[in-house]
Amino acid sequence: MAMQMVPPDWPGNLWAHWAVFTVIIVVFILVSVLMFIWFERRAMAVMQARLGPNRAGPFGLFQSAADALKVMIKEDIVPSRSDSVVHWLAPVVAFVPVMMVFAVVPFQGGALLADLNVGILYVVAISSVTTLGIFMAGWASNNKYSLLGAMRQVASVVSYEIPVVLSLVGVILLTGSLSLQQIVQAQDIPFILVQPLGFLLFFTGALAEINRAPFDLTEADSELVAGYMTEYSGMKFGLFFLAEYAEALVISALVTTLFLGGWRGPLLPDWLWFLVKVGAVFFVIVWIRTTVPRVRIDHLMALAWKFLFPLALINLLVTAVEMLVWPDVSLWLLVPINFAVMIVLVLIWSKFFKLGWGRVNV
Amino acid sequence: MFERYGKGIIKGLSVTIRHLLRIPITTQYPEQKLNPSRRIRGNELIWNQERCTGCGTCAKTCPQGSINIVTSVKVEENKYKVEKFEVDTGYCIFCGLCVEACPYDALFLGYSYERARYRRSELVQANEGLLESAERKPSGYAHPEVAAERPAQSLLLNKDRGSRG
Repeated sequence: MAMQMVPPDWPGNLWAHWAVFTVIIVVFILVSVLMFIWFERRAMAVMQARLGPNRAGPFGLFQSAADALKVMIKEDIVPSRSDSVVHWLAPVVAFVPVMMVFAVVPFQGGALLADLNVGILYVVAISSVTTLGIFMAGWASNNKYSLLGAMRQVASVVSYEIPVVLSLVGVILLTGSLSLQQIVQAQDIPFILVQPLGFLLFFTGALAEINRAPFDLTEADSELVAGYMTEYSGMKFGLFFLAEYAEALVISALVTTLFLGGWRGPLLPDWLWFLVKVGAVFFVIVWIRTTVPRVRIDHLMALAWKFLFPLALINLLVTAVEMLVWPDVSLWLLVPINFAVMIVLVLIWSKFFKLGWGRVNV
Repeated sequence: MFERYGKGIIKGLSVTIRHLLRIPITTQYPEQKLNPSRRIRGNELIWNQERCTGCGTCAKTCPQGSINIVTSVKVEENKYKVEKFEVDTGYCIFCGLCVEACPYDALFLGYSYERARYRRSELVQANEGLLESAERKPSGYAHPEVAAERPAQSLLLNKDRGSRG
């Protein structure tokens, strides 16, 4: 890994830049997580003909701050006969990698902590560590619900990581770079148009990886109390909660960077475009959560291995062939071709998608 | 057609997005109150002292026996004098039989519904405590002429329902 660029506005003083930017990013993550929680509760409430939190502050804006305060002063309970060291360590292991991912997310041209030339690889590698924290939590809690939730999480991440990474490769093929900064710079057309199938696969798989609905069976409260978080209380629970929403923020930022053209856009300043796009992607996540019921664990596995995985492989093949055959063709030409490929593939795969040798109705 | 090609998800998404424009069902209770039905069988009885003759029909029809009426005879006018008219609203089931039975239209059910008390003894109301006042309005139950005075019931469909306080 090599630093490609020392930011020009901090001549010769990389450490000051590093410190300032780290503080800014951490504050940004914490504030936007609080805002996301508030936004999700309000948006879901409106979609369900309710009002949502509206008492604390204007429009209930301080509700999540009040909740955070409540969580911080709550008693920290460690279950007896649990593995207390691992139990203590798990929320940290789950939370830190999510923060680390933001080091490579470009908020604006050049405005990122580290312009790694292996940016996407770094994101994929680091964000998987969160699963380890979640499994530690499930194992150390000495509780069957925690363990079941953690097992489901590991199973879903192991399965969904493959289509997610394979659909990323399509984007990498188009840009020829792993650096997120250069991927944004290469997007004269947002890659959602050039890689529609890749976007669909990435978004679905990402939802499953961060256990958002409809794939939230890691913490399915109707079956598993709260999944791996069952035995957690106080600030440890708060950290898990924070990690969960920070993951949603990471996914929104990644979808923005990889498929929606990142910080690029007309009129508005670049960083504002980035925030607007991140907010829009998060709204879609919330929208899906209000709409779709939770999937079963066997359906989850089948969707990953029988639907997303082969489609991701084919998408990769199609993109690679396109890049080989027409290396210099305008990307606009690929838009209709790739949309047609996506529609045909999704229709065919839906037609032949079966569970349990056709015994189970899909 | 296309049921298993993701049409259900698209339909569901369109339903939820259309709800963004819908009026919320929630009423913010202490600040925003809905108008109850004009004929609500609300809490408490409203007693009209002038019209009451002390016949005691209400006490006889009451299935709970919660009305206690004590009268004395005014010999010179050949009339009853109501010494005590007492209702234990803690036992009252708000069936409205007393209101229907009263031959002189001297009894009404209350229009209010916020009459929680801290003590059981406060539920027993008598004489002057049963009279009509600004916060103790009679409801239109079994009395259409009273019902005409009350505002129309607010429905959850109405955009501007009840008064915001």
